[in-house]
Amino acid sequence: MSDKVLMKGNEAIAEAAIIAGCRHYFGYPITPQTEVAAYMAKRMPKIGGTFLQAESEIAAINMVYGVASTGKRVMTSSSSPGISLKGEGISYLAGADLPALIVNVQRGGPGLGGIQPSQSDYFQATKGGAHGDFHMIVLAPASVQEMAELTVKGFDLADKYRMTTMLLADGTMGQMMEPVSLDFDIAETVEKPWATTGTKMEREHNIVNSLFLQPEALERTNFERFERYKVVEENEVLYEEYMMDDAEICIAAFGIAARVSKNAINEARKQGIKVGLIRPITLWPFPSAQFAKAAERVSSIISVELSMGQMIEDVKLAVEGKVPVTLCNRAGGMIPSPEQVLEAIKAANNGGDK
Amino acid sequence: MKFKRITIISGHYGSGKTNIALNLASLLKKQQDNVAVADIDIVNPYFRTKDSEESLKEQGIRLICSPYANTNVDIPSLPQEIYSVTDDKSLYSILDVGGDERGALALGRIAPAIKEENNYQMLYVVNMYRPLTQDADSAIEVMREIEYACGLEFTGIVNNSNLGLETTPDDVLDSLLYAGEIAKKTDIPLLFTTVDKSLFAPLKDKISNLYPLEMQKKL
Repeated sequence: MSDKVLMKGNEAIAEAAIIAGCRHYFGYPITPQTEVAAYMAKRMPKIGGTFLQAESEIAAINMVYGVASTGKRVMTSSSSPGISLKGEGISYLAGADLPALIVNVQRGGPGLGGIQPSQSDYFQATKGGAHGDFHMIVLAPASVQEMAELTVKGFDLADKYRMTTMLLADGTMGQMMEPVSLDFDIAETVEKPWATTGTKMEREHNIVNSLFLQPEALERTNFERFERYKVVEENEVLYEEYMMDDAEICIAAFGIAARVSKNAINEARKQGIKVGLIRPITLWPFPSAQFAKAAERVSSIISVELSMGQMIEDVKLAVEGKVPVTLCNRAGGMIPSPEQVLEAIKAANNGGDK
Repeated sequence: MKFKRITIISGHYGSGKTNIALNLASLLKKQQDNVAVADIDIVNPYFRTKDSEESLKEQGIRLICSPYANTNVDIPSLPQEIYSVTDDKSLYSILDVGGDERGALALGRIAPAIKEENNYQMLYVVNMYRPLTQDADSAIEVMREIEYACGLEFTGIVNNSNLGLETTPDDVLDSLLYAGEIAKKTDIPLLFTTVDKSLFAPLKDKISNLYPLEMQKKL
């Protein structure tokens, strides 16, 4: 019998979180991520965990703050408008250096927008997502298997660096079904001497807080925090290169856009066009060095996105004007077709002498 | 397959209900003139019968589904034409019900009329490779929850155990014991096993009542 199961992306996130030791889930339903909550509602009571449907997204993220303070693995999930509501809590988590996993199964926006897939929360996810100087580690899965693997990795990274990790998926990734192997290596548990677990009158009490009474102290924690972010940027960049060895045109795409792009690349290769893909798996830290390296030899870069063009700004920053970077996109819940991407590749090929 | 006037397809989330509903509708159309697929899924936002609207039209099969399917109107709505399933006695229909007990709740709305006429069959679709129904007992648990939610009882079991595009003939063979155990424990007959048509040839001599499926095109 196969060791795989057939799962929706949303279910894979939930089961992987349980395997990673998460026993506390707080959320509020919203399409297209509701299956994460529905799955947790069925599974958590059977394994002694907590599933709680909060009265709002804001309540849910503050429950996450509470459990994270005790050092336990904890998560919440939502979709775009719900993530905006969680913004304040996300900033508080960052200000208190608390590890947690936040899942955003993106839908079209802005505003109430729609329920179809989107990648238009890239800015929100990678540039902080709320007030104050901070970053989240942002992971972008491109298959149901990666939905599961990056969930586990997200918890590990969050614990290791005392940061929130955001799993940035989209509606298609959440709803599609693929076979998944749930056989993971779980990293060793990280010691959390800062957690509020009770002093037993044996140590000074721990304080988890994002309020600083003296501006000098607040400045110092900001500088220290960004030293930690620098280590993340040096050590945790993840990306996939596809057919980049001899590529003359490079596509930049993550998540569902990368899957569509691979189909277009395969077709373009049949037509003799040398095109490849750099797929960022971590959106923060961004694989800037890989794009800078590619810019030394490709004639142009095409950023394929389900947004009005957000990641393209990071690609442009990375290549420092060395090559033109163009956008191939759909927005508002629509997905670029392989044909549309192929047309963009052909246009770049025709005008693409460096 | 011999059809009752109403065939209800229900089961766990993602067990393959929509695909089976569409295939059975094609089969039914060969036996009856007046055929409809009724999508009463109030749970699933994507991958609906609506995706097959064109193909059904070509076959002359009526599609009854919420006007809001595949739009951004995110409310659990039923199509008003749903009553033709119970009221129009000349219509043969396949009902595609939403997953789990939450999806089956919508069926409860027309269940009394279905029960009264008593010319229906209700098929429980199972897939051993889905996470929450991997053994017979958990599949039976979901089955009972659905029956409780809609007020109707299952009359047959369909084994649709698969791993999507990665399904091997052995994966299907390995599921026969599981499907048989569900049938035995519930005393509800295992009617047939379904496989993608590419797996039909290697399995047709090994599995009785094997039925090949055309896959619904994913947009």
